[in-house]
This record gives sequence, C-alpha cells and structure tokens, in this order.
Amino acid sequence: MMLKKLALAGAMSLMGSTAFAACAFENTVPVKSLSAGFEAWKAVTDAMGECGNVQAELDQEFRTKQPAAFEANPSLYQIGGVSNGTITPLLNAGTIRPLDDLVAKYGQNLAPNQLIKIDGKVMAIAMMVNTQHLMYREDILSDLGIAVPTTWTEVLDASAKIKEAGVIDYPLGGTLKSGWNLAQDFNNMYVGFGGEFFNDDNTTAVNSDAGVKALEEIKASMAYMDPEVLVSDSTYVQQQFQQGKIAMANLWASRAAAMDDEAESQVVGKVKMAMAPLAMDGGSPATTLWWDGIVIATNISDEEADAAFRVAMEGIDTEMVEANNDAAIWLVSGYKPGELSQGTIATAMHSPAPPAYPSTTQMGLLHTAIGNEVPAFLTGDRDATATLMAIQEAYTTSAKEEGILK
Amino acid sequence: MKFKTFAAFVGPSIFMMILFIALPLVSVFVESFRNTYDLREQIEVETCTPGFLTQTCVTEVKNVPKLDEDGKTIKITEWTGLESYRNVLQMDKFWEAVKSGNFGDILQIDFWKALRFTLMFTLLTLPLVVGVGLIIALTVNNAARAIRGPVIFISLLPFIITPVIGSLSIYWLFVGDGILTSMMERWTGTNISMFAQSWTIEFLMYFYRVWHVAPFAFVIFYAGLQTVNMDTLESAVIDGANRFERLRYVIIPHLMPLIVFIALIHLMDCYRVFEEIIGFRSQAHVISLQWLTYDFLTPDDSGSRAISRASASAMLTMIGIVFLLILPLRRTWRDHKGGTH
Repeated sequence: MMLKKLALAGAMSLMGSTAFAACAFENTVPVKSLSAGFEAWKAVTDAMGECGNVQAELDQEFRTKQPAAFEANPSLYQIGGVSNGTITPLLNAGTIRPLDDLVAKYGQNLAPNQLIKIDGKVMAIAMMVNTQHLMYREDILSDLGIAVPTTWTEVLDASAKIKEAGVIDYPLGGTLKSGWNLAQDFNNMYVGFGGEFFNDDNTTAVNSDAGVKALEEIKASMAYMDPEVLVSDSTYVQQQFQQGKIAMANLWASRAAAMDDEAESQVVGKVKMAMAPLAMDGGSPATTLWWDGIVIATNISDEEADAAFRVAMEGIDTEMVEANNDAAIWLVSGYKPGELSQGTIATAMHSPAPPAYPSTTQMGLLHTAIGNEVPAFLTGDRDATATLMAIQEAYTTSAKEEGILK
Repeated sequence: MKFKTFAAFVGPSIFMMILFIALPLVSVFVESFRNTYDLREQIEVETCTPGFLTQTCVTEVKNVPKLDEDGKTIKITEWTGLESYRNVLQMDKFWEAVKSGNFGDILQIDFWKALRFTLMFTLLTLPLVVGVGLIIALTVNNAARAIRGPVIFISLLPFIITPVIGSLSIYWLFVGDGILTSMMERWTGTNISMFAQSWTIEFLMYFYRVWHVAPFAFVIFYAGLQTVNMDTLESAVIDGANRFERLRYVIIPHLMPLIVFIALIHLMDCYRVFEEIIGFRSQAHVISLQWLTYDFLTPDDSGSRAISRASASAMLTMIGIVFLLILPLRRTWRDHKGGTH
C-alpha cells in the first residue's frame, strides 16, 4: 500500500504542473527509464513524464545497474540512457533492440546524425554531444593580459603567470581523481599527442612515445593545481570554479551551465568556454567526443517498445530543447548554440577532430588499467616508462581473462 | 539439556551459518580456480556516431560476444589452477625486486602495497585501541558516580556512527578547505593539504580507527573492572602497592582474557579495512586488501569484472586473517584447557 502511494507520488511529481499539456499523445502503457543524473537527463525525463505513466530513475550508478536490469526477462526498464562509454555491455549482451522500424514509424523529427548505427542497424538515438573544453575565468585572463590558451604549452605558461600574480588559489583545476576520472584525463592527453590505444592484434599500444608525453604533460600541469587534485572529480572541479578557487580547467561541456547558476555559483558570467587545448601542433584537441542518448530494451513486448519509443521521442523533441537550451549541446533541431557552447563546437569542428571515445570491451579494460596504474607516476613512486609498462601488463592480464587475448 | 531442545535452539543458527558463510566461501574458493568469459568473435563493425553537425562512420574490428539462439551470451568456463593467485600475487615481479635489491619496487605491486598498509594498520592500531580503551575505562571507573552516565554516553558516541559516515566526516573536516584545515591554516599561516601525500592520509586513518573502535574496548574493559576482586586490591594497598603497581599486578592480569578477546575482534575487523579507503578517497596513495577485492569486482564501462582474481584476493585475505588469529586463539585455547574453571 505504502509502496503504491510512493510510486503514485513519484509519478505525480514527474508530471508536474504542466501535466499532459506538452505531450502530443496520452501514454497508457507504463514505461520506466534508467539514466544518468545530470541536468540534461533531468530535462529529458521531465519532458517524457508529460505523456503520463512514465517513471524515471536518475542515478549516477546507472552504469553498474543497467546491464543486469536489462538482462532480466521482462526487462526492469523499457528505456535506458547511455553514452558511448556505457552502451558496450548492453550491445554485447544483446539486451537492447534495433530501432529501425520504430524510427521509420515515429522518428520523422530525428536528424540523421542522431542515429547511432552499429553494423547498419540503429541501436540508439543520440540527443546530445559531450566533450571536454577549456573553461576559463575571463576576468582574470584579461586583467593579466593573457590571451586565451589554445595549446597545453600556452595553458602552462598562462598558469605560471596567474600563479605569479597570486590572484587566485590555484591557476588550474583537474579531474585527476584516481580511477575512472584520471584515466579519462590520460586518454584525452594521449589522443592529443596522436596516440593509438590498440594494435591490430588487440594488444595495447599505450606503451609509446605519446604515452610518455601524455604522462609528463599531466605531471607538469599538476604543479599549478590543488595539491589534493588526486581526489578531485568533475563535481569537485565544478565547485572549485563556482567558488572562485581556480582560473582554468579542461572540463566536461555538460558542466558549463552550472557556472551561470546563480543559486550556487559566485562567478556568474565570468567563466567562458574555449576549445579544448591542443597537446601538440597539428594534432587534435586533447579530448574525446562523447554522445548521450536513449536505447530500448530487447526483453519487452513490442507494444511496450512502441510506447517507450514514442515517449522518448517526446522527451527529446524541439519543445524540450527550447525550454532547456543551455543544459547541454543538443543534437535536436531547435537548439540554438549559445555563449556556453562555443568551446565545445570549436572543439568538435577542429580539424583534425578529436576521436570519438571508442565503445569497445578492450577500451573498458584498458580504462581500468590506466586508472589504477597512473597514480603511482603522479605521486612520484614510479617513472613514466615503468608506469606504461604496468598499464600494459595489467591490461594484458585482464584481456586474457576476458578471452580477448590468447 | 535434551538433544532435541539443543538442536531447536542451535539449528537455525547453524543453518544460517551454512547458507550465508560456508556456501559462499566454498563458491568463492571454487571460483578462484576457474575463469569464466564470453565466447567472442572478431568482426568488422561499422559504427556511426554523431559529430556536431555531421555523422562520422568508422569501420573497426571489434571483439563481440557470440549469442546463442536464445540471445544469451555463450559462456566458457576454464579451470585455470593457480593462475588467478599468480596474477594477484605477481611473485615473478616480487622476486625480481628482491633479487635486484629494490625493495621499494615490491610496493609497486597492488597486492603487496595493500598488504603492507593492511598489516601496518592492523598492528599499529591494536595496542592503541587497547591502551586508549583501558584509559577511558579506568577514568570512568574512578569518576564520581553522578557523572558516570553522561561520560559513558559521550565516550560511546564514536562507536555508534556508521564507519562510512564517520570517515566521510573526517574527510570533510580535513580536506583542502575543510573547517579544521582552514583553522590550522589560519593558525600556522601555511597551506595545509592533508590528502596530498600518503603519510598524512595514513595518519588520519589510524587516528580515525582508534577514535572509532576505542569505545568498544572501553565498554568491555569497564564491565571487566566491575568484577575485579576487591579483597585482592585492598591487600595490595595494605602491602603498599601504588596505583601503577595495582594496575600492573592486579587489574591487568585480571583483564587479560578480555584484552585477548578485544585483540581477536580487532584483528578480524581491522584486516578488513575498507571504509577508510572509500571515505578518504585514498586510492591514489593507499589501498587495502579488501579494497583490492572490491576493485576487481567493480564492473568497468564495458561490463567486465575480474571475478576469478577477486575470488583469489578474497581467499588470500581470509588466509591472512587466519594467520593473524593463530596467536590469540592459541592463548585462549590454552587458558580454557589449563583453566581452573
């Protein structure tokens, strides 16, 4: 009884004040979704809720919950929110269905580049892109007469000047928290130096010149960061920006809107976005391209899939984007790139463009190995070559266990 | 007692112990000797992903699991013998470091790094917990009766707090711009970063664990102090024994079984140190054996988990606990056998 009431209350709160108003149809099939919990997903699931009978779960732990929940029969959720990093286990286990027929039926408003095609079949619908870009305090840079840095060398030069001027706690912020965040930062720098992750035989290629350069560059940048940077993740860096403690950071585009949130930011209007800095001349910006989007479960009836897809289409339609223009870099028509998106667009349009983060099993294994082994280098316990060697060994061990390497 | 009554009382507990302790242990033991993975095939896949305006399609060779007719992945299970243990212990690297004399290199291997910290943590906090617990117990025992209640209540508080919450609160007090760090910075005039190097993190961990567990030792000792034989104590006073001598020759021998008991519990608990690692986010500097197992078990973005290595690491942790417990257990055993009771 209590549970029923709670569920009802949850559904009611989702419907909000504009209940049923903005949805083109009235949904009668119960639909549940599980996705990440950042601003853009909140906007999308709120818009889905307007159709009725929609329950949305926004959970940052979605990546560990999703595979098992979708493998259940019937699946515990109809709609899943994924990114190119987290779609792999679902694809591998075959728990998400091809969407071509649904796209033909209800997807008239989708732009061609929203369709994530794998082996010719549409497996997901992207709604936004995400990438790191350089966020900087415009007031500080212009006060000190520093041009907006476009390369990491310039970032370090600018940092040195800011440090000398002593106008702020730390010139640079970084998402170097040991584990996933640190590994992502290494990946960014590594592709910036033109590194390739894998050889043709599935062995890893990180133990290379680019790997050494990437490690050295990250260590060099640490001189301008908070000494406790090895515990700082995206949210921590976002807060450091908001509290005026750092002047620059190569941070996720999805965090940009928070800078101008008057409820929690003390630097409204002062943080500007520029292209993710280049690691080397003629290279791509030191970042990877990501997308976020929706998938539909395999283990549900076609009727449910139908309803889920229609609801999802309502969630990522033009109306939603117009109401939440700055929450993300939307791929949906109606999006007007604002001031905050300039950095991301410059990053994505740069030639050569940064690569898309590879959604493969090998990459998952390598990501873990990097996240566990790089800290020893940054704390000074191990040199660059030994660190890359350790990454290679850790990857080889887990790849063998997964049956990828013989 | 009739056997039937005995069985009715003990039965449920034994059943639970088999279900929740023995069976999982057996399965972990088995799991540590085998490896399960998906049957994969290499196929060329064209993946199209969005750029900002256009779509980029790349054709790449991917390792994709094969699905059977039911759409389930095909699992292969292989017996690997001691392979997982070898991968966790990395003995070849260990001996290499020993041979070359670079003992520091041993601590570059995750398992040994974790073992070093876990052992130090367990053995260093043990005497502190016993000592601090005893001091609190003696103080409370000698305190005026009127204030005993409130004093007991306050000294018990740290033990009531959930370990994760406790370590998180210590973290937020001492992190870069935490309240205590800011106070210390104003006081000393220097920039303090407690979480920037491993020794300060370790120090906070020891401090936290002693603060958290000492109340437990205190309660046990306090109960023990109530049973000290007053006659013996009085005759000691008459014989001219001072406070310290009474403690050394009467009270501590009397409390010895309790000290061994606390040591047992503490060794078992401490060897499983985990909350501090998570709460203090110390993975970059300090890891523990339990955290290592957890890390193996955490699925990555592609959903892979190192289950066999996690099992091996869990078994090694258990073996470690058994080793640590042999000494105090032998003592209790001797006490029981040779006891006058």
